[in-house]
Amino acid sequence: MKARPEAVVPAAAGALLLAASLFPIYWMVASSLTPESRLFESRPLLPTAVTFEHYRALFDERDFLVPIRNSLLVSGLTTIVAVPVAALCAYALARLRMRGKGLLLAFVLAVSMFPQISIVPPLYLILRELRLLNTYPGLVLPYLTFSMPLAIWLLTGFFRQLPRDLEEAAMLDGATRMRTLRDVVLPLAAPGVASTAILTFLYCWNEFLFALSFTLGPDRYTVPVAIMLFRGRYQVPWGEVLAATVLATIPVALLVLACQRRIVAGLTVGATKG
Amino acid sequence: MNHRAVPIERGETRLAWLLVAPAVAVILLVSLVPIAVTAWEALHAHDLRLPWLGRPFIGAGNFMEAASDPRFGAALVHTVAFALISVPLELMLGLALAVMMHSAVRGRAFIRVSALLPWAIPTVVAALLWRFMFEAQTGILAASFQTFGLVGPAFDWFVHPLAAWVPIIAADVWKTTPFVAILLLAGLQTIDPALGEAARIDGASPAREFLTITLPLLAPALVVAAAFRMLDALRLFDLAYVITGGGPGTATEPLSLYAFIALMQRLRFGYGSALSVIVFLLTFAFALVWVRALGRSLSGARS
Repeated sequence: MKARPEAVVPAAAGALLLAASLFPIYWMVASSLTPESRLFESRPLLPTAVTFEHYRALFDERDFLVPIRNSLLVSGLTTIVAVPVAALCAYALARLRMRGKGLLLAFVLAVSMFPQISIVPPLYLILRELRLLNTYPGLVLPYLTFSMPLAIWLLTGFFRQLPRDLEEAAMLDGATRMRTLRDVVLPLAAPGVASTAILTFLYCWNEFLFALSFTLGPDRYTVPVAIMLFRGRYQVPWGEVLAATVLATIPVALLVLACQRRIVAGLTVGATKG
Repeated sequence: MNHRAVPIERGETRLAWLLVAPAVAVILLVSLVPIAVTAWEALHAHDLRLPWLGRPFIGAGNFMEAASDPRFGAALVHTVAFALISVPLELMLGLALAVMMHSAVRGRAFIRVSALLPWAIPTVVAALLWRFMFEAQTGILAASFQTFGLVGPAFDWFVHPLAAWVPIIAADVWKTTPFVAILLLAGLQTIDPALGEAARIDGASPAREFLTITLPLLAPALVVAAAFRMLDALRLFDLAYVITGGGPGTATEPLSLYAFIALMQRLRFGYGSALSVIVFLLTFAFALVWVRALGRSLSGARS
């Protein structure tokens, strides 16, 4: 059977798009394993010599574990604070009768669109006043500005997709709203809550501007800030920078591999809204 | 039943407000109050390097300064031009990727993972990676452009004021096209395949089927994706900061970056706040138009 042209063209275009998508990541990994001396000469696409020198330098000379720990702590804390509070709010928005629901949702969406730079000046002044610059709470609080609306928006979408029958049955049996929420809705919504938590964590892990503005020294730098500041004034230690970018990508890649369906669900519920 | 309906409803409304309250309080505290403070700060002359000058009220003084500041004007142009160039590219490529993902029979999980990876990696990582690939002489992309004779030997992408935009736009397109594709894929999956079959039976070519059936039905998803991307592009910061630092000179400096420099490097908090307010107004004006359009389409869908 001959392949039809209308099937071959999209397949070829698709393969090209996928290659364009993946090649930079491959190149990042391959380059991070290339000896510094070979990094700046033209070299074949497949590595000929492999070294872990850059990774060793990252931990022995730069203490890269500190920013990794900072990023994990700040992203984890923000997720733990934002998702439960957002879940309560989202349940009310998705299910309960109240006035101004549409307005409140529009408000949440609008807040999630705030350009980060527009709240940097007051947050800086407030955090300085409270002596929270260069602390973990001094990052978790600013991170709530984007993670809270994001989580509310996603969870409202997920709660709306749940079938109402079970909740109604539970309430007819005399369960209160809160009990219904705890015993019926939350277990059913667990996948949605997981998607929300994953996306919230990812956004925090990737955040740059707030971390750049509100941390003052290497003891509190998050991963993106630490990598960025590796760059010397005139020379970039590319080997180490690339090794660091690979390490910054590993948790993200693991999440994507393990939870691809959840992430897609989160992204689409956020955009199309149940 | 009717006599019980009213108290239940009242209790329910009270519960709803109770549930909503903590989240709304957090948002007010960490987002809305700061925005208001920024707006107030923007009306003052406030220089953290010159604390003895205090913080005198100067009304619209900072905004007047911005209006006559050529660096601000250039940053505004950069921001809008970046959005208008990168977003259409992302929509077109995203549409292609979505159609491919939709029609793929095998390897869907693989395709999904490879599309999600660029989207999920930190922007700073993406930025450094593209900087590395465009690095003069040694970067693999810079070298390829030379090999194919597209640029002269020793061409430095980061010295040329227009060429320096290429890595920024390329990184943005690379990183966000998958996001667009996933939104559009969700849209494609809601289209009834029977429509396409009917068109094919009537002898429509694939191109015609795509233009007259798929594209119109996909319009709402396209509008949503475009809006998300525009809002994001208008606040461009990370990529410009990391890839070019706004350079050469200020040739690739977007508004957010100029505001950041005014704030955190020059410590001119009054003027920097005024610039931040302008970024805010720019995105907010766009968001307002969009939320109204979205609200209309949602109420249309419900009725």
